[in-house]
Amino acid sequence: MRAYHDLGGTPAGPIDHDEHALQLWEKRIEALLVLLTRKKILRIDENRRGLESLGSEAYFAASYAERRMLSMSNNLIMKGVISVEALAAKIAEIESRVDPLP
Amino acid sequence: MSHDPADHHGHGDHAHGHRHPNQPDHDDTLTYYRKLEMAVRELLIEKNIISADEVRKVVENIESRSPEGGARVVARAWSDPQFKQALLEDATAACASMGFEMALYDVQLTVVENTPDVHNMVVCTLCSCYPRMLLGLPPAWYKSRAYRSRAVREPRAVLREFGLELPDTVSVRVHDSTADLRYLVLPMRPEGTEDMSEAELAAIVNRDSMIGTAVVAAPK
Repeated sequence: MRAYHDLGGTPAGPIDHDEHALQLWEKRIEALLVLLTRKKILRIDENRRGLESLGSEAYFAASYAERRMLSMSNNLIMKGVISVEALAAKIAEIESRVDPLP
Repeated sequence: MSHDPADHHGHGDHAHGHRHPNQPDHDDTLTYYRKLEMAVRELLIEKNIISADEVRKVVENIESRSPEGGARVVARAWSDPQFKQALLEDATAACASMGFEMALYDVQLTVVENTPDVHNMVVCTLCSCYPRMLLGLPPAWYKSRAYRSRAVREPRAVLREFGLELPDTVSVRVHDSTADLRYLVLPMRPEGTEDMSEAELAAIVNRDSMIGTAVVAAPK
């Protein structure tokens, strides 16, 4: 069976040539992936496997940056680098900030 | 302005049937994923796995990379036959000799040469693998469902959408990248550039010609 990320040869419409400049938070996701790879905490194939195990619903609902972020956080949790509890607590704390955006 | 594959296929051309709730994010919208990025980054900093300064420096490094890097490699290959041979034999090593270290990304590079008989183009059907160290971050269309799906099935039609019509006598070879192996196209050197310096040549090499969705035009 074809996996959902395996798009080669499947029907699709015209190509949108709009050039989208990445925003800072999207660049930070790339930077985190670079740093985690460089520090040998995550390997590039683990990131790929993470993307391929998100499930088709999450994969297609998320943007490119979003699905990379999801894959990264899933991997960090699976590897015990961060815990689900610490992540939930941190997100709640960020939501409670008066001016959360840096 | 759309930027991701999910946006691109929201036109009734996909089989999933659900609506895509995500909108293009702006830097002033605190979405779930932005919170997730902030939370993971801050936790990694608190654990002394990374530092805020390192993140800033890598972001700056990402911003500093652009197709000018790849253009320098192409211009050198056009100007120096020995370098060209080395590039086609072992692109990873040849690019490292110019300061482009693939090791940062844990990847190998292969350079494929366009000739009067063969036109090469690059896609990543599985994801968005791209020679970032030479071209910077991939353009939105490279990551889009439409390009990933169609490049391998109807490359000539895709090239026509990019304004490139190739005669039937030219073979089109499509290279599907993987996480570990990236491709760069060595475009043909246009006629009328015999007297140009390496730096002048680098200035006429465009990004899409190194992905294979364009050629390098002769300077006017």
